[in-house]
Amino acid sequence: MSAGAGRVWRLPPEVDTDQLAPGHTMKHGIERTAGHCLEAVRPDFAAGVRRGDVIVAGAHFGIGSSREQAASVLVHLGLAAVIAPSFSGLYLRNAFNVGLLLLTCPKAGLIDDGEQVGFDARAGRITRASGEALPCHPIPGFLLDMVEAGGLLPQLKKRLETR
Amino acid sequence: MTTTASLAQKLVARAAGRAQVQPGEVVTCRVDLAMFHDSSGPRRLKPMLQELGAQIWDRSKVVLVMDHYVPEADEESRRIVRLARDWAREQALPHVYDSQGICHVVVPQHGHIRPGMFCVGGDSHSSTGGAFGAYMFGIGATEMLGVVVTGEIWLQVPQTLFMRWSGRLADGVSAKDMMLAMIGRFGMNGGQYQAVEYCGEAVAALPMAERMTLCNMAAELGAQVGLVAPDETTRDWLAAHGAPGVDSAPWFSDEDAPGTRYAFDASSLAPQVALPHSPANVRAVDDLEPTRIDVAYIGACTGAKLDDLRAAARVLAGFKIAAGVQLLVAPASVADREAAEREGVMRYLLDAGATLLPSACGACAGYGSAIAEGATVISSTARNFKGRMGAATAQVYLGSPYTVAASALRGRIADAREVLR
Repeated sequence: MSAGAGRVWRLPPEVDTDQLAPGHTMKHGIERTAGHCLEAVRPDFAAGVRRGDVIVAGAHFGIGSSREQAASVLVHLGLAAVIAPSFSGLYLRNAFNVGLLLLTCPKAGLIDDGEQVGFDARAGRITRASGEALPCHPIPGFLLDMVEAGGLLPQLKKRLETR
Repeated sequence: MTTTASLAQKLVARAAGRAQVQPGEVVTCRVDLAMFHDSSGPRRLKPMLQELGAQIWDRSKVVLVMDHYVPEADEESRRIVRLARDWAREQALPHVYDSQGICHVVVPQHGHIRPGMFCVGGDSHSSTGGAFGAYMFGIGATEMLGVVVTGEIWLQVPQTLFMRWSGRLADGVSAKDMMLAMIGRFGMNGGQYQAVEYCGEAVAALPMAERMTLCNMAAELGAQVGLVAPDETTRDWLAAHGAPGVDSAPWFSDEDAPGTRYAFDASSLAPQVALPHSPANVRAVDDLEPTRIDVAYIGACTGAKLDDLRAAARVLAGFKIAAGVQLLVAPASVADREAAEREGVMRYLLDAGATLLPSACGACAGYGSAIAEGATVISSTARNFKGRMGAATAQVYLGSPYTVAASALRGRIADAREVLR
């Protein structure tokens, strides 16, 4: 989905892939990774996150490894979107490929932990609980199509079926 | 519209089947080589290919390397590696390197990456391939599935950041120090997923292994690719590694190519160290507080190639490491280890008190033998994120192989120039 609303989990800048998907969990599959997701940054996250919640992070979210579990673990946990002033370019590709919406919002720092925010990627806008609108960078249409389709795999499936 | 182009633009234009491309436009590129390993490859690709009922687009363009979960330490690792081996047989993959070392070193050592090629790898340090004048970058497993099924990938044509290094590095200072200096200055996302091209006389003077270190750590700069324009050094190295007679002539940046230019002086560069817990937390080694170490780790695609082992041996030859320090050496590939054995380099390291580990990703990714609680580590690897190499309480510093070896000798983080003098 490219629009919705959710409760906010605030995270610091430079959250890396190894915090999202710790190396020691990688051989056990996504369930195990989910149980340890962000344990070094927000120990209350993995147990407390609810379907439809939103992460609002500091700059350079997702730096580090190419492991896409760092993005798919958030899909697995039901996150609706990640909002940050900037993302790792490699993480951004992985996120859209697995159906996770990322919104680049220079003013993400204004948003509070626990706040309820609305987002609309096609309109390029976050709406705070107070009604204040924060602009987001535009996302290319083909990436929005991908995230609305649920990622690259369902898109490829459709493409192969209609061939 | 400008007609001059950067090396990155020329490489992307070729792969996109276009006369020229402009930074910012989105293009579709044909992939010449898709590399993946036991962690990102078969165990993820196999079920997705089955779900799609699809086949590999061109087996001759696929290279599989078993390097992350070997040697198999437990049942889960055995299951992952067995799956990779079985799948490689089922698929009759022609290029498989099993337990031969780390993909970013093994694949070029078999001549697979050549000037002008467009390549993807299922690992963030795939940017290493840029040392050979190829456009190579890391992608995740689902995107790799797309490549494996279609042979294509989309790309936003990057801007180029030119990192021009004048002068010559001092003895005991290396490509790793150049990278740590740049990452310290620009930060881990300073490359903004654009192309970084290393150039200038200090870069031209570097051997291939050192150029690989520069391009490898383009990942820590947050660039999509790191590039060095191929030259005689590239051609000679490739000729010695199964790829003779390559044409490097078309692959350079035009004099006035679009891009942002930064200048650095290699001659005045001191050894650099990244402090816990970020590769961007960089100081000159001499500006550090006295830092006692427990473990000195020479490993990874970044810091355990033959040239890295030679650097360590130059520091350690004829000496013993400090009491209470553990020096671990995991050569980047079996070929590098064997060459180091032939040259006597391994003998110097072992006589100094080093423990030899398997040629695999090992402790670098925290997949293999991990670092203990509370340990202070100086490491020739690329990343010191909190907990990456094992315990979250470990304090991991990053330095060059020279610095790691000098630190093992002194028992504290040390400047190799003092030892080599």
